[in-house]
Amino acid sequence: MNLPFSHLALDPPRFVTAPPVLRAYGLNKRYGSVVALSDVSLSAQPGEVLGVVGESGSGKSTLLRLLNLEESADDGHYTLAVDGYRDTNLLAMERFDQRALRTRHIGIVYQNPHVGLRMRHTSSGNVAERLLISGERSFHELRRRARDALEASEFPLARMDALPLTLSGGMQQRVQLAKAIALEPALLLLDEPTTGLDVSVQALVLDTLKRLQRELAMTMVIVSHDLGVIRTLADRVLVMRGGRVVEDGLADQVLSDPQHPYTQQLVHAKL
Amino acid sequence: MTLDLLRSDAASTPVEGAQRDGESRDPLLAIDGLGKHFEMHHLRRRLAAFDDVSFDLFAGEFVILQGPNGAGKSTLLRTLYRTYRAQTGRAIYRSRLGPIDLVRAADVDIAWLRRKEIGFVTQFLQARPRVSAEEFVAEPVLETSASHAEALDHARQALAAFGLKEELWPAYPASFSGGEQQKVNLAHALIRPHRLLLLDEPTASLDRGARRALIARLQELKQAGVATIGVFHVPEETRHLVDRVLLLDGPAEMPDEAGESDHVAG
Repeated sequence: MNLPFSHLALDPPRFVTAPPVLRAYGLNKRYGSVVALSDVSLSAQPGEVLGVVGESGSGKSTLLRLLNLEESADDGHYTLAVDGYRDTNLLAMERFDQRALRTRHIGIVYQNPHVGLRMRHTSSGNVAERLLISGERSFHELRRRARDALEASEFPLARMDALPLTLSGGMQQRVQLAKAIALEPALLLLDEPTTGLDVSVQALVLDTLKRLQRELAMTMVIVSHDLGVIRTLADRVLVMRGGRVVEDGLADQVLSDPQHPYTQQLVHAKL
Repeated sequence: MTLDLLRSDAASTPVEGAQRDGESRDPLLAIDGLGKHFEMHHLRRRLAAFDDVSFDLFAGEFVILQGPNGAGKSTLLRTLYRTYRAQTGRAIYRSRLGPIDLVRAADVDIAWLRRKEIGFVTQFLQARPRVSAEEFVAEPVLETSASHAEALDHARQALAAFGLKEELWPAYPASFSGGEQQKVNLAHALIRPHRLLLLDEPTASLDRGARRALIARLQELKQAGVATIGVFHVPEETRHLVDRVLLLDGPAEMPDEAGESDHVAG
């Protein structure tokens, strides 16, 4: 992208030319007269972790809801390289088809576990529900796969039948994570996954995410206002302000040599 | 800014490594007119780092940067690794996949090069919680076709070479001393040969034994054709390795706050 303050624009990719898993461009969204997203474009390679930063109202959460097909765009193009949908603009699909695709190929962890979980169903049941919707019917298979996903998320299996309501915040996030990865989605979306957790618990959840990233090579988009989280997890970063992407680049570059005045302000305010 | 060749083994001929590699006589890295400053928008100031840096680096060559504090030695390394963005010039790197300008290459290409060909070693360990020293060092080996057992074996040899006590291998580096962490860091960073290696004061906080191990490993890598650009606190340590010394004397007009942006010892 062309930054107003950088003298040198980057060349198009020459070595990494495989089609990205995620490709979105020209995303626009308004709420009445409020511009939530304005001409946002992004792409992610297989296994790449994309961080999205910006303050409240920057459009980063709207972007995530749009990528999760929870919300429609006014216009734009969004594709995921998964079987059967490779060339389909997901934003133009029927609600029913969007839901089927989302269940199978997109996982999400919300900041607020109450949004992502049924608090009065067991933790294992929350994970199994995902598998059930995807067509799994054998009770033993459901139980086994829910258990595997919880274990991969480093949830203590002795508590797998506890209600999320009775769990700590960190444990609730692990249940959400298990539910999100149970079907090994092509895309994992994370919306402030560690915000509100104790610092020590935050580090453990981050560590789990890092390990999953390494072992499953899942493509992730993580929205956070916590630059430490972004520094730990993201390969590349988009900086959003007022619904626009004002800067993007390698995570270490954006955080140590930010080019845009807004990014400089953001980085210096936090470090 | 000027860049002088203090000592040179005939800069026009590539060194042994390049020829043994059977590669061409083209430089591995050709830097031409590279310039970097920091635009500090909130202060409405421009902080100069270096400008008009030009030199060639050949496979198997070991070059060190010298110059006073604030001359931009570390900044130059970080600019080549693309942690910093240059404003002017080119740095044409001859990758296995073809030549590419590190100044303008797409982010995904730089990420690929960092995984496969270009290494950066600092004096700071970026440890993660709950990853043992040996698992951390084994990670780059796992990116090859090695099995987990082979990778661990290789990692333990590397840790032994740097003199990390065996009882620490399965422990978490977050609790280690600075010197011990640096051994883990170096073992991790140097376990696989890169084609271009950038070293930013790697010997800081190392004991004598670990320094010797580091110099020995760098010698091995050099013989294998790895090209290295390094900044060393005590450059004498590397005297047997060094083909050339490049002197950076900072930007033309020295800014007041140069020391803050680039505190390397010269």
